[in-house]
Amino acid sequence: MLRRALQHRSFLLGVILVGLMVAAALISLAWTPYAPERMRVGPPFAGPSWAHWLGTDSFGRDTFSRIIVGAQNSIMVGVVAVGIGLVIGVPLGVAAAAYRGWWDEVLGRMVDLTFAFPAILTAVMITALMGPGAVNSILAIGIFNVAVFARVSRGAALQVYGREFPRAALALGRGRSDIAIRHILPNIASALIVQATIQFAIAILAEAALSYLGFGTQPPHPSWGKMLLDAQSMMWIDWTQAIYPGVAIALAVLGLNLLGDGLRDLLDPRLRVFRVG
Amino acid sequence: MGTVRNALLASAVTLALAPALAQAKTDLIVGMNLEPPTLDPTTTAAAAVDEVTYANIFEGLTRINENGEILPGLAESWDVSDDGLTITFNLRQGIEFADGSPFNADDVVFSIGRIIGPDSVSGKPQLFSSIADVQKIDDNTVEITLSESDGLVLFNLGQGDGVIVNEATIDEIGTNPIGTGPYMVDERVEGDHITLVRNPNYRDPDAVHFDTVEFRFITDSAAMTAAMLAGDVDVFPNIGAPEALAAFENDDRFEVIVGTTEGETVMAANWRREPFNDPLVRQAIMHAIDRQGLVDAAMFGYGTPIGTHFAPHNPAYVDLTGLYPYDPDRARELLAEAGYPDGFSTTFVLPPPAAYARRGGEVIQAYLAEVGIDAELVPVEWAQWLEGPFRGYDYDLTIVSHTEPLDIGIYALGPDDYYFGYDNASFNAVIDELRGEADPSARAADYEEAQQIIAEDLASIFLFQLPQLGVRNANVQGVWANRPIQANDITGAYWQE
Repeated sequence: MLRRALQHRSFLLGVILVGLMVAAALISLAWTPYAPERMRVGPPFAGPSWAHWLGTDSFGRDTFSRIIVGAQNSIMVGVVAVGIGLVIGVPLGVAAAAYRGWWDEVLGRMVDLTFAFPAILTAVMITALMGPGAVNSILAIGIFNVAVFARVSRGAALQVYGREFPRAALALGRGRSDIAIRHILPNIASALIVQATIQFAIAILAEAALSYLGFGTQPPHPSWGKMLLDAQSMMWIDWTQAIYPGVAIALAVLGLNLLGDGLRDLLDPRLRVFRVG
Repeated sequence: MGTVRNALLASAVTLALAPALAQAKTDLIVGMNLEPPTLDPTTTAAAAVDEVTYANIFEGLTRINENGEILPGLAESWDVSDDGLTITFNLRQGIEFADGSPFNADDVVFSIGRIIGPDSVSGKPQLFSSIADVQKIDDNTVEITLSESDGLVLFNLGQGDGVIVNEATIDEIGTNPIGTGPYMVDERVEGDHITLVRNPNYRDPDAVHFDTVEFRFITDSAAMTAAMLAGDVDVFPNIGAPEALAAFENDDRFEVIVGTTEGETVMAANWRREPFNDPLVRQAIMHAIDRQGLVDAAMFGYGTPIGTHFAPHNPAYVDLTGLYPYDPDRARELLAEAGYPDGFSTTFVLPPPAAYARRGGEVIQAYLAEVGIDAELVPVEWAQWLEGPFRGYDYDLTIVSHTEPLDIGIYALGPDDYYFGYDNASFNAVIDELRGEADPSARAADYEEAQQIIAEDLASIFLFQLPQLGVRNANVQGVWANRPIQANDITGAYWQE
């Protein structure tokens, strides 16, 4: 398994990129060159230098500090939004697969309803209703994830329920929730892990988009999307400031997608034995 | 052979002339941020309507120039009675509307009649609330009667809201306005542009400099900058985004226009709420903010710090910025004295303007954080701002630029009628005195006293005077630098040869 992972180049690149993002976020928890929210730590639009590695923005804030603190913001959004999806969506999906019938129908229609609107539109709608802010934008992205994970876990769980061992367990008198936890979840975990990585990337992108539109993280907290928005109107003065947050978003999303693709290859259920009991 | 040579010669001459002809441009393209929802300036408060129609399509009895002075318009002169309550206007003669119908006293009576009284259709009826009646004396003379002395009525009649309209075509004024100005509407493409052409019946055809004038609507500041740099737009008289000027400052092809506005930018701190009803807290907030630093960071250095609610270009202005200067240590002391040694948390509602409100809000938030005040920013749209802070008085801190001319009287409206929540009897007395005062030097003295009172009380947190920023092609002359009223009067603009 490890050997196969090491030979999988795009997976490795994904690991490195995501590792970089996580490292930046961890480092920024303990140390940043300057307080990321402090204005006038240098002249506005100072180019890259030893004092300011990525220069400063229009308020004279240190861009490097803001980028690495922005990584925290992106990871937090991804973790919470995917977490909401997993915690609510997976039980719903597995229950639908277990009970079928009207419960399955209702859930299916609700998921269809959620998917009828593009994710970013739903998120904008929700933040416009509840007011802009980091928490509301995470919730908005999370709600979409509930539908995604409900559908994925239902499909995967249906397959597993179709096999002999869950029926055998049922025949032996095991309770439904016991079967779901001991037999179904372990067998759909790989599909969920792959999906989670991809949703993580989508969440980061969605948060950046919401912040760019002014609905997401509010100043003074750094967010890559908001940094991009601020830099855009200053492009005629200093175009480089728009590059850094843009590259950060692109690399984070690329890294997570490569990681997800790699995990799918490595965890392909057809290549491994189902765990029983 | 000879004819061929002549023909060649002729074409050579044509070629040589071509560049010279190309320079004598007969059109002007004016960029604007917002599109007018209608073309009737008398029934709407939307600035964009005045900015297209004022002076270009419609004219008033009086006319306001670039410096805010009152000049003759459709009235060539006027007499004010000794008690100040009757104004007799002598109208210009031989004037026609764009549809060829003659202009006379009946048009004035109709136009003024519909914007006064309880049935006023005006978008800003308060501008004309002092006018009790309008009477035709003869075809070229009109008399206006005031219910109370009003020093601003001649100015207000010269604004877009007071222009003279045509009764016969009033039903289609919103789409096809017929006025007495040098231009008329030719084409209107919603969301894109409005094209004006010469009014064939204009009184002085030689004074009209362009065959066509196009107003083009570009909302995004980056797109606006690109359009100017590409030469697609000749003049952008009013740019809300000071950062956009950087692209033009060092470019010889363009001239940056920096003028004054009537916009006092203030941060309102709700007098109805703790802790902003404590004068010490208000002083602490004022001491915490470096106004010049704010202008530098949010407005890229364009703008003048103010210490009271009055335009610095007005002769009666008093500079009171030294009253509570930037001093964060003093701010912390005052907060401790007021019972907030560790500061406090509050919310700060920001309306949409990107430069002064959104960027300004971020800068002020940073200044307040330095003295321990934690202000959470709440960005809102205009509709929400009007409903919440402005009409519902529901806010802690908010920022807005008050762009009406000479509007210091809003501090006398009291907590029941205005969002500040400020109430000071001695200030109200000064404003009352001003209302009946006709003598200019006595008025100036009253204005100075009024400025002093609100500055000491910190009726608002006074920040800076909004600058008038624009950019023009260096060859376009005669564009207004200042903005005493909402207008893009291009009747004096021309291409430099």
